[in-house]
Amino acid sequence: MNTVETKVDNGVNTEALIGARGAFSQMPEAASFVFRSTCDWVSGTESSNTINGYFGLGEEQIRKETFVVNADHPEVFAAADTAPTPPELVLSALGSCLTGGVAAVAQHRGIQLRKVQAIIEGEIDVRGILGMDPDIRNGFNAIRVRFEIDADASESDIRALVAQSQKRSAVFDLLTNPTNVFVDVA
Amino acid sequence: MRHISTVIIGAGQAGLAMSKCLSDRSVTHVVIERGEIAHAWISERWDSLRLLTPNWQSRLPGYAYSGDAPDGFMTMPQIADYLRGYAACCAAPVEERTTVTSVTSQGFGYRVETTQGAWQCDNVVLATGACAQAQIPQLANNLPPGVTSMTPMSYKSPAQLDPGGVLVVGASASGTQIAAELRAVGHEVTLAVGSHLRAPRSYRGRDIQWWLDRSGVLDACLDPLDDIDRIRRLPSMQLVGDATLAALDLNTLRARGVQIVGRIAGIREGYAQFSGALANHCALSDLKLNRLLESFDAWAESQTLSGLKPPHRLEPTEVGRDPVLRLRLDDGHIRTVIWATGYRPDFHWLDLPVFNAKGGLDHTFGVVGPGLYVLGMPAQQRRKSAFIDGVGADAEVLANHLIHNRASRVA
Repeated sequence: MNTVETKVDNGVNTEALIGARGAFSQMPEAASFVFRSTCDWVSGTESSNTINGYFGLGEEQIRKETFVVNADHPEVFAAADTAPTPPELVLSALGSCLTGGVAAVAQHRGIQLRKVQAIIEGEIDVRGILGMDPDIRNGFNAIRVRFEIDADASESDIRALVAQSQKRSAVFDLLTNPTNVFVDVA
Repeated sequence: MRHISTVIIGAGQAGLAMSKCLSDRSVTHVVIERGEIAHAWISERWDSLRLLTPNWQSRLPGYAYSGDAPDGFMTMPQIADYLRGYAACCAAPVEERTTVTSVTSQGFGYRVETTQGAWQCDNVVLATGACAQAQIPQLANNLPPGVTSMTPMSYKSPAQLDPGGVLVVGASASGTQIAAELRAVGHEVTLAVGSHLRAPRSYRGRDIQWWLDRSGVLDACLDPLDDIDRIRRLPSMQLVGDATLAALDLNTLRARGVQIVGRIAGIREGYAQFSGALANHCALSDLKLNRLLESFDAWAESQTLSGLKPPHRLEPTEVGRDPVLRLRLDDGHIRTVIWATGYRPDFHWLDLPVFNAKGGLDHTFGVVGPGLYVLGMPAQQRRKSAFIDGVGADAEVLANHLIHNRASRVA
C-alpha cells in the first residue's frame, strides 16, 4: 500500500484525521457526537431544514453559517416541486458520503483523483407510500450507485477505494442496517 | 505450596512449545492442564473438523510431522495424538486434570492456585489459547423461544439438530464448513455473511498454505506502524482441510443451495434482519484475494520454481440481484441458529490489572508484564502466531525474554 506522498492533493487533510484517531483513542468520550437538523413546515409538502449546531468534542459547536436544505414533492404528485423529495435527499446524502470517503481514502493511499462522479438510483414502488398494498414497502427496494472515477491508479485500486469508502461510510451504514427511530410529540 | 521458576497454563501446542523452549534453556517449569493434553482439540471442536493447515505445516520446536501424508489434514484425534507425541518426545512436565482457579501477584512473582494445590513462581505463561470460548453477539438474546442456539464449540455433528431450517451466522472457516455439512444432509441453510476472507484450497497446483508459508506472508513480523488491532481482528480464511475441494467459498455454498444473506444486523419482532452491505463485503473479499494472488505471482516470478500451473483468478463472488434482508424466526421454520461469530480467550482466573477497557488482554508482542507472558494470540508477533506452525517462533522469543528478564531481575 502506498504511503502518503506530498505531491498527491485531493484537498483532504489526512494527517488531521489520523491525529483525531489518536486523540479519540486516548479520550473516547470526545468521540460522542450528536448531529441535529430542524425542520419547519412551509406549505403543502414543502418544508425547510436548518442545520447548524451540533455536540462534539465534549461541547456544543456552532458553525459560522447556518445551512438550509428544502424538500418538496414533484408536480406528478400534485405538489409545487420547489425542492427535491426527501428520498432524493437521502440518495444525495449517500452520494456525498461515499464520494467524500473516496477522496479521503485516496489521499491516505496516495492516489491523485482527477474526477469522481457517482450516479445514485433508488428504485421505489410508490404504491407503498400510497398505502395500496401492504406487501410493498414504503422505502427503496434497492439503491444502486455507479461511480465514474478518473485517477492515477489501476482499476483494482479504484475498486478498492470505492469498497473501503462503503466500509467506513455513515450513510451507507444507515441505509444497510436497521436503526432505532424514536419519534415523540412535545 | 510448591515453588518453581515458571508455570505454563495450558498443554496445547503453545504450552508444549514453551515447555520445550524452557527445557532447552534449563528453566524448571510445570505445564498445568485442566483436562488432558490437547483438550480443546478433542472436546471443543466438531467431529468432521480437520486442521486447515497441511500435515507438514505443524512444525513445533524440535518436532515435525514424519508420517507418510505430508499434504494430508489431521483429524482432531490425529492432532491430539500428534501433540501427545510431542509431549512425550520432550518429556514435558504436564500435570493433567488440574484447573487453575486464580493467578495473583505475590512478592516479585506470582501465585497460581489450582484444584491440586498452589504454586509460587517467578513467571507465568498463559497458553490457554485464543479460542477458549465462542463469541456470541448480544442480539442473540432476542432469539424467539423454540429456536435452539448453538456455537461451533457445542456443535458436534448434524445428528444433534432437529429437522428444519438452520441459520448459520458467520462465514469464516467454522461457519462455511458447518453450513456445508448441514446442507449436505438436507437442511435448508441460510448463511449470514459479514467481513470474510475468501481463499481457494490450492493455487497454481500448490496448497494455499504452501504459498503463504513459502512467500513469507506468514513469517512477516508485525510492524509497529501497521494497524495491529485490525490485523489481529482479521477473520480466518474460508478454508477446509480437504484437498479434493477447490474452495469452500460463497459461490460453492450457493451452488449447493445455501442461501447467502448479509451480516446479521438485528432480531426484532420475530425476524432476523440482515445488512444490505453484502455486495460490498463480497467485493472487499474478492479484492483482497486478488491482491494476495498477485503477490504470490510476483513472488513466484522472482523465484526459480518449476511445475507451477499458470496464474488464474477465481470468478467474482455471486451476490444475486436482491439478497434477502430478513428471515422469519418465529414460525417454526428455522429451528437452529449457529453462532459462528468468532472465538475469544478466557482469562477469568487472571486476577491482575492487565486488561484494557474492552476486557481484552493487553500485551506487547506476547509480554503482558514482568514475568507474565501470553502465547497463541492472533498475530501476537507474526501473522502466523495463532497457528500450530507459528507458535514455536513466538515461544523461542518469549523464552529468551524470560531468561534475560530473570537475569536482570536477579542483578
